[in-house]
Amino acid sequence: MTPALSLQDVRKNFGPTEIIRGLTLDVMPRERHAIIGPNGAGKSTTFHLISGRIKPSSGSIRLNGAEITGMAPYEINRRGLSRSFQVTNIFPRLSVFENVRCGVLWSLGYRYSFWRFVDKLRDANEKAHAIVEEIGLGARRHAPAGILTYAEQRALEIGVTIAGGADVVMLDEPTAGMSKAETEQAVALIRKISEGRTLVMVEHDMSVVFGLADRISVLVYGQIIASDTPQAIRQNKAVREAYLGEEAH
Amino acid sequence: MLQLVTFSTLNGVLYGMLLFMMASGLTLIFSMMGVLNFAHASFYMIGAYFGFEISRRIGFWPAFFIAPVLVGLVGALVERFGLRRVHKFGHVAELLFTFGLAFVIEELVQMIWGKLPVDYRVPPSLDFVAFRLFDTTYPAYRMFMLAVAVAMFVFLLLVLKRTRVGLIIQAALTHPGMVAMLGHDVPTVFMSVFGVGAALAGLAGVIAGPALVTQPAMAALLGPILFVVVVVGGLGSLAGAFVASLLIGLIQTFAVAINLSMGDVFGPAVANAFGDLGRVTVAQIAPIIPYLLLVLVLIFKPTGLFGNRES
Amino acid sequence: MSTGVKHFIAFAALAIILIALPKVFVSGSAHTMMSLMGIMIIFALSYNILLGQTGLLSFGHAVYYGLAGFCVAHAMNYIAREKIGVPLPFIPLIGAFAGLFFGALFGLISTRRAGTVFSMISLGIGELVASSALILRSFFGGEEGIPTNRTKFPPFFGYKFGPQIEVYYLIAFWCFVCIALMYALTRTPFGRMCNAVRDNPERAEFVGYSTQRVRFIAFVFSAIFAGVAGALATINFELMNSQSLGAGQSGLVLLMTYVGGVGHFIGPIIGGVIITFLQISLSDITKAWMLYFGLMFILVVMFSPGGVAGWLALHQPLLKGGRIFRLIPAYALALVPMAMLAAGLIMTIELAHRMLVDAQSDGSVMKLAGWTVDAAKAQPWMLAIGLLVCGALGLKLAWPKVREAFAAQSAEVAQ
Repeated sequence: MTPALSLQDVRKNFGPTEIIRGLTLDVMPRERHAIIGPNGAGKSTTFHLISGRIKPSSGSIRLNGAEITGMAPYEINRRGLSRSFQVTNIFPRLSVFENVRCGVLWSLGYRYSFWRFVDKLRDANEKAHAIVEEIGLGARRHAPAGILTYAEQRALEIGVTIAGGADVVMLDEPTAGMSKAETEQAVALIRKISEGRTLVMVEHDMSVVFGLADRISVLVYGQIIASDTPQAIRQNKAVREAYLGEEAH
Repeated sequence: MLQLVTFSTLNGVLYGMLLFMMASGLTLIFSMMGVLNFAHASFYMIGAYFGFEISRRIGFWPAFFIAPVLVGLVGALVERFGLRRVHKFGHVAELLFTFGLAFVIEELVQMIWGKLPVDYRVPPSLDFVAFRLFDTTYPAYRMFMLAVAVAMFVFLLLVLKRTRVGLIIQAALTHPGMVAMLGHDVPTVFMSVFGVGAALAGLAGVIAGPALVTQPAMAALLGPILFVVVVVGGLGSLAGAFVASLLIGLIQTFAVAINLSMGDVFGPAVANAFGDLGRVTVAQIAPIIPYLLLVLVLIFKPTGLFGNRES
Repeated sequence: MSTGVKHFIAFAALAIILIALPKVFVSGSAHTMMSLMGIMIIFALSYNILLGQTGLLSFGHAVYYGLAGFCVAHAMNYIAREKIGVPLPFIPLIGAFAGLFFGALFGLISTRRAGTVFSMISLGIGELVASSALILRSFFGGEEGIPTNRTKFPPFFGYKFGPQIEVYYLIAFWCFVCIALMYALTRTPFGRMCNAVRDNPERAEFVGYSTQRVRFIAFVFSAIFAGVAGALATINFELMNSQSLGAGQSGLVLLMTYVGGVGHFIGPIIGGVIITFLQISLSDITKAWMLYFGLMFILVVMFSPGGVAGWLALHQPLLKGGRIFRLIPAYALALVPMAMLAAGLIMTIELAHRMLVDAQSDGSVMKLAGWTVDAAKAQPWMLAIGLLVCGALGLKLAWPKVREAFAAQSAEVAQ
């Protein structure tokens, strides 16, 4: 089976310092894959490299078997990969509904269309409506996104990310900064939206990671030191030494 | 020919250094505060007018020292009571504020000193011939301007490379937004940077006033070229601003000296085929050359010669 | 009421206003002013496609207005000379095409970058075109510009468009069409993505959109409508000169749009009307009107960045909640020091202007709002400064009360 996402010996240096040092990773279709690792290991950089925000110095990245290395973010998005951001990254002056609808438009083929009214696009509006309900913001539909609470903005962040119907969804620390109750809600939401999709996520909360992920990759100093099932990762000696040992107290 | 090349080079370097005196302040302000100061050329104009007013009362040399300080104070006041207020509305509001300010300054200058150029003259102590080359004389005042510009350049270099303040500025140049992290009193830093930038522009105005024309349009004439310099050099890059200043200074000075049109070079047939374009001389299109350069640079290197920032 | 019905009512009202205005203001000078307002409304709205909708601050928008105007002037002269049977009302389409052409040409360069760099490029291109206009004399007509004659066209349903009132209706028609089209544009998928790019260009790239492409299309649209405005200006004045594409005109459209308010569709319409009115009436009253424009712009940037429309929108919930009248006492209280401040400022400027500019030729005695004043004496100056100081102090005291009243009423409405 072709991996949904495949990285081969990807490297990235900023000036003389190499942040990503030959990263190789395969994510299978329909798999929930978590990337963990200590601070500064290069998790966010990896996300940026995959999604096109920054370009790798060398190596190859493939999405469903097709080369996407060095493409612009919008090109990668159009090929079916969508991502969220660690720091909430939405359209603050647009309403919740319009935020989600912006995420829907391209995938339904409306592109730069200026000869149709956006309110008359039944499919786009229905889909956006459904997603707003799904992320639990139905009551806040008309509120400008900028005034939402933190947890609501995080939910919207996920909503915008999945709106385009991408089959590979990448979430960057979706529960960071949330209370326990909010985290539980977020986990339920992630479980729901990742059904039938490939999910790649970076997460610090180990209960979230071990609760959700089918497979876990451990990133340390710009390299994957292990990639396996949660069970095996828990037992992995190298991982325990490098990382989990500190976290497990 | 050799004569033309020599003098055009000299004048071009002089003009370029004058541009850099302003472009450096503009770049520093932009790098540290994120504001592209539209009114920067207006401070240059105020410098020239202050210089004129002070020199006619107590002489050129006091003006040379006092006027830039006064302009710096005006700049600091503008930052303290104007710019700081609009800061919370974002960079567009800041740019618009300085745009409105440039407009108001021009109107005020017109009101106070009139629409016609004022009689700001080279001081007698510098009004002699510096040297004679191929039967052409070169005025001492221009050498003085060059000396001031070079001295300022050396001073700036020393401050940047050798002092603590310089380190902070360099940090801000490479990592905008980091100044706040350094634990300095950011509002005061901003006010000082803005004031010093304005004072530098004011100094350029004081020394350029007698050599060029001191008139209310001088800011509007120079301002756009200044922005071309910082964009061509790469917004936020001091080295870029330096190279672009000299480049534009030299190109424009040489262009003014060339009285050739396409018709002269390729014959009247070509001239007629191109209509107006065939008949204008290089000297006539000198004013638009900086803008053509801007367009070319943007086509081939959108971030500017030395730039790496996106916006 | 559904949005469709609301829109129908709004546009029907607009049509009625446009038709009825010349019947209410019947003087020739009013017709001239309203014609200019119509042109400026289109121009300012076209500018807001960039600034308000897409977040692009241009300092060279007059380039498209002016270049289209020149193309139209030449086209009109050609059509009249060759006796081609195109009636005058179709001429603005030529302006639209000219705008499209130059918008696409310069847009390719300028929209490669966003933010401050975009602004600087627009300034550079503006200077490039304005300076070229002085060099290429056969196309731009040098200082005099290109004159034309709108009456040399075949009659359109009997109208020859000689009288100003007929030109007004021609402009009003195109104004209505352009307002409707530009409003429609904001409600398309493309229009929404413009807002998205304005709010957060990075995220727009991650939902599949090339921000550069969005900027480019927005730029071309704004140039098309600026072209229509430029064409109407040529028809209206029967002349196009190089001032119309210079930095002054670009500054004017920025002033109109910003003072009117960039955050709301109606803002530039308000701005176009107010600024055109002030421009025509102020220049008769005072020689320092440019200074007033500059100060007004700075004040709006500093204290009311949403412009007039933003200020009105702030009060909309109170109006709906029926509590707007509760603000009257607080506003009345603040109005007194504000009026004093304004009077003091105007007096200072006028006195200074008299002493600095006109005193040598015409003496220091002047008329100020009907009173005869000697600007060389100390009393008027003391009065002016007294007004300024008292106004400033009074406003400082009164303003917190306004804020308080506003917050209290807003809270009541919210409940």
